[in-house]
Amino acid sequence: MSYVTKSPWVIHYDGSSCNGCDIEVLACLTPMYDVERFGIINTGNPKHADVFLVTGAINEQNKGVVQQIYDQMPEPKVVVAVGICATSGGIFKECYNILGGTDTVIPVDVYVPGCAARPEAIIDGVVKGLSVLAEKKAAMGKKPVETAPAAEAAATETEMKEEA
Amino acid sequence: MGKRTIIPFGPQHPVLPEPIHLDLVIEDETVVEAIPSIGFIHRGLEKLVEKKEYAEMVYVIERVCGICSFGHGWGYCAAVEGAMDIQVPRRAEYLRTIWHELSRIHSHLLWLGLLADGFGFESLFMHTWKIRETILDILEKTTGGRVIFSVCKVGGVRKDVDAETLKEIDEILAKIRAEIEELKEVFLEDDSIKNRLCGVGYLSKEDAIELCAVGPMARASGLRLDMRLNGDGAYGELDFEPVVTDEGDCYGRTKVRIFEVLQSIDLIHQAIAQIPEGELSVPVSGPATGEFMARIEQPRGEAYYYAKGNGTKFLERMRVRTPTNMNIPALVKTLQGCDLADVPMLVLTIDPCISCTER
Amino acid sequence: MKQNIINGKNFVTLASSELIEKLTDLKADGYRLGQICATKVSEGFEIIYSMDKDHSLLNLKLTIPEEEEIMSVTGVYWAAFIYENEMQDLFGVKIKHMALNYGGHFFKVSEPTPWNPKK
Repeated sequence: MSYVTKSPWVIHYDGSSCNGCDIEVLACLTPMYDVERFGIINTGNPKHADVFLVTGAINEQNKGVVQQIYDQMPEPKVVVAVGICATSGGIFKECYNILGGTDTVIPVDVYVPGCAARPEAIIDGVVKGLSVLAEKKAAMGKKPVETAPAAEAAATETEMKEEA
Repeated sequence: MGKRTIIPFGPQHPVLPEPIHLDLVIEDETVVEAIPSIGFIHRGLEKLVEKKEYAEMVYVIERVCGICSFGHGWGYCAAVEGAMDIQVPRRAEYLRTIWHELSRIHSHLLWLGLLADGFGFESLFMHTWKIRETILDILEKTTGGRVIFSVCKVGGVRKDVDAETLKEIDEILAKIRAEIEELKEVFLEDDSIKNRLCGVGYLSKEDAIELCAVGPMARASGLRLDMRLNGDGAYGELDFEPVVTDEGDCYGRTKVRIFEVLQSIDLIHQAIAQIPEGELSVPVSGPATGEFMARIEQPRGEAYYYAKGNGTKFLERMRVRTPTNMNIPALVKTLQGCDLADVPMLVLTIDPCISCTER
Repeated sequence: MKQNIINGKNFVTLASSELIEKLTDLKADGYRLGQICATKVSEGFEIIYSMDKDHSLLNLKLTIPEEEEIMSVTGVYWAAFIYENEMQDLFGVKIKHMALNYGGHFFKVSEPTPWNPKK
């Protein structure tokens, strides 16, 4: 099975989320949703990662951590903000210790909605991120990665799953 | 005697889905001292009571934590209901109990999976989470949400579960029970797992009392401490005895949790058999008055919810004290003297929920 | 009446001078520290110490003016450092002789003492 010509590795960091999105990110890795069939692996090392999944809003203390993980990732890289808190601060926007969504510190490429974001939505977001990754790679003057068929295959599979 | 070195652990670490930071002072390979620092997820959501009415606030409190979110919603409602002297209908109490126990099963299975992943047993992690998905399916079918349900409200619950669905839940749980019995064999009998868990992170009964440990952490050290015995919800009418063991190590904590999964299945069977017909909620209106300290047994232990009204639609103070908060002193204590390689295991066995702790 | 209702309404007022003695007595009697929390009230701070013994709960309530320093209870219950640092960081409650004092760095927040903002 080779849907994807490259295996994008993801790194996940929990900003100040309620864990809802985090456990859904983990659920994506397990047999029910199984993103490993697309070659996607969750890694703990920023230097191995292509896609950065951020959940939860940004606050004073984790600002630096998010920035640091982002800086350590090799180019090209994609940032996916998972859930409404990572997108805008969500229900916690008015809290005194919340600065806002992920884009207050680093540039975000894909926003995944939901509270908590569903695994299907997260997979969809990562797959969307892959085409951004291909574009970024092309812009860097290298041969583009053929992720378009992969994205299609992934999207159909997710749909099929939902129907089933 | 070796030289002392400080190793920072976290906030971003492969075994941790959540950020916590520990400064580990080590001598050779042995941890001498661990200094926790927290605040990476601090949002300050308790202060939102000044901006959200008490009836709306339940949505915020549910998002203290996405794993035990139902319990948080319930605890908050119990505190407000206690302060305002509201009597919740029996059927609502039973439904709350069923959802809470389902949450406990999903939370414990989640933890067992993470533990398996922590000691490098990937296939066991996958298997545990596969079973967990069945529970999430039940929750989604009955509440509409996978992790955050929003079915609890001040005065009762929002949704009913019909008799047919209850029967179906009964059947599914009976099937899951057999699968969990199999898992139990692996977790408790497998030699390589026992090697990683037995004797690691011992917490004596005296220390558990002294350090005010709660939940499975306390029960694994021989303390009979379970807030469900206070008779919240339908627990007063169900027959159960808290799972207590006296091993006190990581193995004991695993044992307590796996037996609690089986116990929760039992409790749900009982609740489904006894659930009365009736109203789902009582109307609640008017300003919030009085004060109340509610306690709920969360999957991770006893949680406190303090509500204080001031005669307006907004509460004066809302306080959540979560179980992990109280287990951190015990964690710091058990880390002293353990091997550096066992640190992830130990941090995992308190079942840390950092977003609970920091709110 | 159910135990949880009795527990939840059991508030007892205490003077700050009696605090350490009372907690030491309770500890000797087998009580566990449940939680400590502060509330900002017009008189200053209201601090609640929840003590639990065999599932029955006792909430000790202390009202102090804002400037008053209270004794740390970490000498009695070491685990209280978590709550005391929290009260110090978020409310600005003054606590003396804490066994483990993070000096305002336990919760790192964007503004100091957000529950009790300085004008």
